Amino acid sequence: MKRLKSLGPWAMLFPAIAVLAAVIGWPLINLVIMSTQEYGRAQVFGAPAPFVGLDNFVYVLQDDKFWAVFNRSVLFAAVNVVLTMTLGTLVALAMFQMSKALRYLVQAGLLVAWAMPQLTAVIVWGWMFNTEYGVINYSLTEFFGLDYLGHSWFAEPLSFFAVATIIITWQSVPFVAFTIYAGLTQIPNEVREAAMLDGASATQRFVNLTVPYLRPVFAIVITLQIIWDLRVFTQIYALQGLGGLRELTSTLGVYIYNVSLGSGDYGMGGAISLIMVVLMSALSFYYVRRTIKEAA
Amino acid sequence: MLRKRLLKASLAAFAVVVFLMSVFPVYWMLNTAFTPNGLTRQQTPSFFPVNFTLENFETVLFDEQQTPFIPALINSLSITLLTVTFALAFAFLSAIALARFQFIGRKTFLVLILLIQMIPGEAMIISIFRVVNDVNLLNTILGLTIVYVATVLPFTIWMLRGFVAGVPQELEEAAMVDGCTRQQAFRRITLPLLAPGLVATGVFGFIQAWNEFLLALVINGRPEMMTLPVWLRTYQQVSSETDWAAIMAGSVLMTIPVLIFFMIVQGRMTSGLVAGAVKG
Repeated sequence: MKRLKSLGPWAMLFPAIAVLAAVIGWPLINLVIMSTQEYGRAQVFGAPAPFVGLDNFVYVLQDDKFWAVFNRSVLFAAVNVVLTMTLGTLVALAMFQMSKALRYLVQAGLLVAWAMPQLTAVIVWGWMFNTEYGVINYSLTEFFGLDYLGHSWFAEPLSFFAVATIIITWQSVPFVAFTIYAGLTQIPNEVREAAMLDGASATQRFVNLTVPYLRPVFAIVITLQIIWDLRVFTQIYALQGLGGLRELTSTLGVYIYNVSLGSGDYGMGGAISLIMVVLMSALSFYYVRRTIKEAA
Repeated sequence: MLRKRLLKASLAAFAVVVFLMSVFPVYWMLNTAFTPNGLTRQQTPSFFPVNFTLENFETVLFDEQQTPFIPALINSLSITLLTVTFALAFAFLSAIALARFQFIGRKTFLVLILLIQMIPGEAMIISIFRVVNDVNLLNTILGLTIVYVATVLPFTIWMLRGFVAGVPQELEEAAMVDGCTRQQAFRRITLPLLAPGLVATGVFGFIQAWNEFLLALVINGRPEMMTLPVWLRTYQQVSSETDWAAIMAGSVLMTIPVLIFFMIVQGRMTSGLVAGAVKG
């Protein structure tokens, strides 16, 4: 590598820095300022915004509505992460044992689910769960003898989130399965064979060999899943369009959207946003440190 | 012996189940899209498009009464292609600087890039909206393009940096010993070796910008400035009880380019993804 004291490299970084500063940096500063202001519709149209210190934060942190949303988001993310990780690991382990032809079949299927744009995925699943003409109600009634004709999946929060979980898990399992499968292929064959010769059972091999070898992969994948599932927006927002009470089904991202752009309380929305940014940055700490270590 | 056979059979069964569960929603989208709308609204759905038709695509593309598809497609294409072009150009410059030069602040920059990528867009919508509004770029191609360039830049830089670092600098130096100028060596040796990396990175950027929903909804909400995801959602809301067949046809149109591109880069998926690429 060349050691340059000149400004050469910075000149090359300049366009990227300029765009990032304008679209991420400046709004981030704005966000901090706005969260300490009373900022509503009038302020959007030019009225001066009075500073209120930390009032927005105090209000948000004492607001039962916020905590309901927060707890809901955390619980929802937890369920999704556990489900996605379990299924993804299972699929990866199975893929590792499969013949080439079967593995290609599974991989092709996973790729299709993965490639589907989030929004179209929600709309297609929404159609499948449609109350009157959905294939799922039909199949449950016809093939499983259950009485699901005319059943509305979105009316009740619990079943609303069940549908959301199915959609999100369906789209997230491929990433987990592919990544863990890639990790499995990195375990040296000799180690695996030695364990088998020593008579280790499949479970023992998984616990004592696979898990320790794949610990860094698991750590990164779990971190990313937590972050992605906590900030879920598109799926919840689009499903709310199909039914489902906003107050009972909003997660953090959707709540911010509703508070700010829906109700016009930008100061409050800013405070919640900032809480979310801090939370996400804290969660990404491990991921960032790990990735930098590997790259640099 | 029997145990082994059993294991094999259950693996095969598992593979088929995973395949069917992954593919079924996509199959169902196609099935509905090619079925006449009247037939989709029956108590007994048809599992195959027996009365194959293209009328739903006609409805989506040309029906004047609905939110028009073509302008949304043009918006999406312009914004996505412009985003990819600028993001690639900026990221390429940055990647060279980061992979080929040692300078103070290099590592800080890398950490910042990763951190920026983890900032949730959901938390930034309001203030990004305000900044775009302040410079009068709401509901323009340019405004959303600039925002998208910034959102895809972090992972584009990260990914390209890896590709540039993968091309040994010695190759360039050897060419210069053989009498090439620095520019020639770069153009003839490094650039061709980087081409696959540029394509893969560009495709990732394309998929991200093409699928993005939230920012498009907030920044380009006016009907004539909508991109495809916002269009699809509006279309679905306006006609939700009446025309699921057309909604599925619209979904097919939006999904096809992504599916094709996804297949092109699938080999690089996991390596690029652990760096946090796709879900964005």
